Amino acid sequence: MNNSLAVVLIAAGVAYGTPLLFASLGELLAERSGVLNLGVEGMMLVGAVMGFWTVQRVHATTAATLLLALVIAAVAGAAMATIHAFLVITLRANQIVSGLALTIFAGAVGLSSYLGNNLTLSDQPALHSFQPFLPGSMQKWPIVGPILFGQNALVYFSWLCVLAIAWYLSRTRPGLNLRAVGESPAAADSMGIDVTRYRYVHTLVGGAFAGLGGATITLAITPQWVDGITGGAGWIAIALVIFAFWRPELCLIGAYFFGALQALAPELQARNITLGPTVLWANALPYVMTIAVLVAVSSGTARRRLGAPSALGVAYVREEH
Amino acid sequence: MAQAAPPAIETVRITKKFPGVVANDHVDFSALSGEVHALLGENGAGKTTLSHIVTGLYRPDEGEVRLFGEPVSFTCPRDAIDAGVCMVHQHFRLVERFTVAENLVLGDRRGAGRHFLIDPRAVEGQVHELGKRYRLPVDPGAHVWQLSVGEQQRVEILNALYQNTRVLFLDEPTAVLTPDEADTLFETLRQMATEQRTVIFISHKLHEVMAVSDRVTVLRDGRVVGTVKTAEATPQSLTALMVGHELHTVRRTPQASVREETVLEAEDVWADGDRGTPAVRGVSLRVRAGEILAVAGVAGNGQRELAEAVAGLRPHTRGEIRIGGQALRNGDARAAFDAGVRYVPDDRIGTGVAPSLSIAWNLALRAYRRLSRGPLLPLRRMRIDAEQAIQTYDIKASGPAMRTANLSGGNLQKLVIAREFSGEMRLLVAASPTRGLDVAAVETVHAHLLEAASDGAGVILISEDLDEILALNDRVVVMYEGELTDVEDRQSVEEIGLRMAGASPTAATGQAASGGRTPNESPSA
Repeated sequence: MNNSLAVVLIAAGVAYGTPLLFASLGELLAERSGVLNLGVEGMMLVGAVMGFWTVQRVHATTAATLLLALVIAAVAGAAMATIHAFLVITLRANQIVSGLALTIFAGAVGLSSYLGNNLTLSDQPALHSFQPFLPGSMQKWPIVGPILFGQNALVYFSWLCVLAIAWYLSRTRPGLNLRAVGESPAAADSMGIDVTRYRYVHTLVGGAFAGLGGATITLAITPQWVDGITGGAGWIAIALVIFAFWRPELCLIGAYFFGALQALAPELQARNITLGPTVLWANALPYVMTIAVLVAVSSGTARRRLGAPSALGVAYVREEH
Repeated sequence: MAQAAPPAIETVRITKKFPGVVANDHVDFSALSGEVHALLGENGAGKTTLSHIVTGLYRPDEGEVRLFGEPVSFTCPRDAIDAGVCMVHQHFRLVERFTVAENLVLGDRRGAGRHFLIDPRAVEGQVHELGKRYRLPVDPGAHVWQLSVGEQQRVEILNALYQNTRVLFLDEPTAVLTPDEADTLFETLRQMATEQRTVIFISHKLHEVMAVSDRVTVLRDGRVVGTVKTAEATPQSLTALMVGHELHTVRRTPQASVREETVLEAEDVWADGDRGTPAVRGVSLRVRAGEILAVAGVAGNGQRELAEAVAGLRPHTRGEIRIGGQALRNGDARAAFDAGVRYVPDDRIGTGVAPSLSIAWNLALRAYRRLSRGPLLPLRRMRIDAEQAIQTYDIKASGPAMRTANLSGGNLQKLVIAREFSGEMRLLVAASPTRGLDVAAVETVHAHLLEAASDGAGVILISEDLDEILALNDRVVVMYEGELTDVEDRQSVEEIGLRMAGASPTAATGQAASGGRTPNESPSA
């Protein structure tokens, strides 16, 4: 039963969806503050390479090394986000241009690739990686075994993050302030909320989550470094935020859905199931879905109805002559 | 009233300069506890600037603000709120996607909102209680976007009361209200005053100031020209203070300039609205040279679509429009302009001008094609022309390079008129040309409409303002649900009002006896 296509796909969806989940949670926080960050892909790549660098170079226990790798990946992502934040919040540059520039700067032929080459990380097996750690007997339980108990620690950590962010947004004072900043910075400002600070903090935390998402790929899913290893996951994460109506709990479902789509092609191949040019369409499916989602919600009115923060993408200037 | 106590709020020789304008020039102003104090003045007189300084949005260049006798220096609106000074802006500072209760908690630093964990439902009881006491009923669980504009204003006032405000500024609060809602608002303000709070009511509408205030301070060109007790003032005396001279009300001698020559003929014109359904349904009309045809009606009955069809901005789906006997090409704005049609749209900032361009560029929007040499714009010529237009049309601006968006409403309208009055004008279509303008600007716009007619142009004046229609028209038609009906007696408020409500000419006679003024308000009411 645990070998049925559905169970395998869902279990793989949870695993492959976790980097998407981290990155989309980060994007969600930034967007809720009104900052659109199209640099996610670049931030993920930098996080991925720096996380992998840590496990290759630091000699300590596996647990300590992995923890350090996550911290360094998060810091690397946040450092990238600082550039974006400075450009779009302080200098009020166009958010789309800045985000695209960052992705190009850090992307497959940019910073992350330079770091990978310069630090000679390519084509090496990882010295440490995340593994399922719950007792093997639990992993064999029908259905829930592989899906819920066969995962690595990052998956469980991401669940905590979803809960924490959902609670933060709906129940806490800073969460309410954050939503106000993203919806109506003028109202927030006149109530004494520091719009600039909220945007900086959440853009940086968003970048850290993107870095974490990148590290999830190089430390847990495919423990190695290859140029452009994220393969567009950052773009899927951006679409996911819209797909999830800017709600963390729906990010989780969406991320697993896209994760399962990514697992579809190898799984079908492994089972010798062919439906036309299987590899072609199955590999293209996540991207086609991403494009479909983005097109469907590209009109401003649709986005508003879906719950996009009203001030998303708009720099805030206090009203003065 | 305690005479010895210091005023609740006081400004001492406040000066605030913006590039090219002195918005406040040594303003001394004070308001007492327990009074409704009106701040009266034309647009651009400095009322809003003064209130922004007192409520912490602007820093004054000179002078001092005192609260209950103590000097205060607010660096942001929050400081002012904490000190008990709030402002209800013309554009509300509410988070639309939040509920009423969430909006209240957002600014709350004392009660339910001061903890890390929040529960917006905790304030619902207080909302109900405040709502009852001040006649501001709102559902605390409703989302702000679901509320009417009048209800949203209530939320703003509730928010101020919830913050325990001592001094409340309201910037043109009635601009968005129906007359009934305005009356209720006045009761709320009076109630606040009896509790020794201070209400500062910013307005340029005389009858409201007379109705609600205890005292009036009049600003003109950034200076205080007088503070008077409302009981001792008359609308005439206040107007004189406000504009600096007595106004001569325009009134048209009917048919003064009307000639036989027809400038516009429309025959069975149909046009679709923005939603794709017919908004103009078989309109036929004729305007003669020198004639002012007033089109009355509640907004949204197809007036804008008709105006745009005539101006060539909107294609008509059926019928024919002729200017001076020549059929107008359907939906061709340039052809309409070349045929002598001039258009003053009701949406000044959206359709009338390109707000982020300079005054000079906006003035050249019609003429640039004629003035340009090849692909190059004659920038020097544009600047000189603009300087002249600023002079001729008395546009208050720092110069031709000023960003158009920074003009006040009246000056914006003067700019549109200055541009449209260029070249040979045969037909002027003016849609709500005086909406939102102060008395002096209204006077100027009316003078320009009359000038256009006496120069031999036909004028279509679309308006919701009956006083304006009665003052200016040679002939009145009413637009209702896309159709035009003639009005026989051009000075009959009853007849026009009934037609505006959709009464057919035959039914009108039966109802005329009971009909008062127009029963219609703006459609958002």
